[in-house]
Amino acid sequence: MTHPIHRNPITAVESPALGVTIDGLTKNFGKFQALKNVSFSVEPGEIFVLMGPSGSGKSVLLKHIVGLETATAGRVLINGQDATAEHTLERIRIALVFQAGALFNSLSVYDNLALYPREHRFGDEATISDKVMRALQILSLENSARKFPSELSGGMRKRVAIARALVMEPQLMLYDEPTSELDPVMGATISEIIATLKDEYHVTTIVVSHDRELALGIADRVGILMGGELVFLGPPASLRQPADPRIADFFHPRIDLKNPRFKNLET
Amino acid sequence: MKQLTHFLEGFGSAVQLLFQSARFAGTLPRQRARFIDQCYLIGYTTLPIVAILCFFMGSVLALQSGYSMENFGAKQFIGSLVGLSFARELGPVIVAILVAGRVGSAITAELASMKVYQEIDALVTMNIPPARILVLPRLAAVLVMMPVLAIIGNLIGWFGGAVVCKYVESIAIEPEAYFSALRRYMKFKDVGIGLMKAEIFGFVVVLICCSIGLNTRGGPREIGASVTKAVVVSLISILVLDYFVTKVLM
Ligand SMILES: Nc1ncnc2c1ncn2[C@@H]1O[C@H](COP(=O)(O)OP(=O)(O)OP(=O)(O)O)[C@@H](O)[C@H]1O
Ligand SMILES: [Mg+2]
Repeated sequence: MTHPIHRNPITAVESPALGVTIDGLTKNFGKFQALKNVSFSVEPGEIFVLMGPSGSGKSVLLKHIVGLETATAGRVLINGQDATAEHTLERIRIALVFQAGALFNSLSVYDNLALYPREHRFGDEATISDKVMRALQILSLENSARKFPSELSGGMRKRVAIARALVMEPQLMLYDEPTSELDPVMGATISEIIATLKDEYHVTTIVVSHDRELALGIADRVGILMGGELVFLGPPASLRQPADPRIADFFHPRIDLKNPRFKNLET
Repeated sequence: MKQLTHFLEGFGSAVQLLFQSARFAGTLPRQRARFIDQCYLIGYTTLPIVAILCFFMGSVLALQSGYSMENFGAKQFIGSLVGLSFARELGPVIVAILVAGRVGSAITAELASMKVYQEIDALVTMNIPPARILVLPRLAAVLVMMPVLAIIGNLIGWFGGAVVCKYVESIAIEPEAYFSALRRYMKFKDVGIGLMKAEIFGFVVVLICCSIGLNTRGGPREIGASVTKAVVVSLISILVLDYFVTKVLM
């Protein structure tokens, strides 16, 4: 599977799937180093799951891929082109599911989904409506189409954000914790969607997640960030018995009431 | 020094925003719905407050000039004084100040909250430039609505002056006399200059408010800070611009 072909689900136009290369990425916020010389690449048509403790720099890394942050050092290449270049987003369709949803609060759920196809003129209203309703159905949101984001629960917002990304029919799909606020069944559904998009359309996918099921279930490769450093990169199978004690502790934190962690932190 | 760099930065990003929006001018026909929405917000919602304020400004102006002109026995010129001051100066400035307070603050609040809650980021990743769908319709709408508001402001201001002249005993000038004085010394150009000023002020106010809103950084607290800043900068800009525009158009 060296160069899979990405097929646009609507236009059926075929193009090589996108690869992403993170090359020595370093990001400082003032004195604080959020990313420390992180390098890895995501192969075309692959599902890459990025894991790591809270605050380890996962969201910051995703923002660099879509050009919302500029690197202190290093760079991000999408198909060999600099992600921060002005025209990258014009040529490449990237969807980012934001951790907090980033729904348009002044638009209804339906209009949130329809904005992208309308602005980029995917077709007439009927075509767009079909697509939007299908995406809403996939995420069991068809009864919420007329609601506004402020009227939704946390998990529903997340699902709307995912549906909005699906409607974009992107070549590169980035999810920031897609399953974090969902019930287990919906979480499994999302994993299935991610895997299906890859199998059928060869959408290159990067998923930031704490969800071990998702990582072991659908990832082609897994990266683990800790304190801004990439401490693991490899196939999910090798995470079942991790050698690195930090990673083992991350996956199987023991609850130890005799010697609780927070007391160790205080000293 | 720091203030100066802040000012220059702000000025720079406003100018940049202007050019970005202008580049998308061709998409305006497609954005009819947004444009009409904005016309409604800018025009219709500002109208009542414009009416009230202009009426009382006209009245006060007539009352005050009646009091001072009596000393020269020049009461019959009140009409032309109120008329000219309103058309050339007060009308456009009052309307622009109200637009800054009523519309500009709302624009900044909306865009700043979109920025803080990452809606702007989402637009950027969707390759939908905020300048195109958020700024352009507002700029176009203010260009259309400012002259309308200014004309209505003028008419109501003149009317306010007429009411005072008729019913205040110490002045007691009939509306016919008042309006004929108003007409006699007023040229078409005077009204034109006023409308041009209104156009410039309104456009600059909306541009400033959009730019400050979109450049908000940080958390929800910054939304309030941005709104305050936008209104203050708008008011200063109106009065500073007023001087220079008046000088140029004299
Ligand atoms: N704009 C910013 N300014 C300053 N510091 C920031 C900024 N954005 C992120 N950080 C810092 O960078 C670090 C990494 O943040 P990031 O949001 O990437 O964490 P994360 O791995 O996504 O965590 P979580 O799993 O909780 O979402 C954090 O310590 C955060 O405080
Ligand atoms: Mg995060």
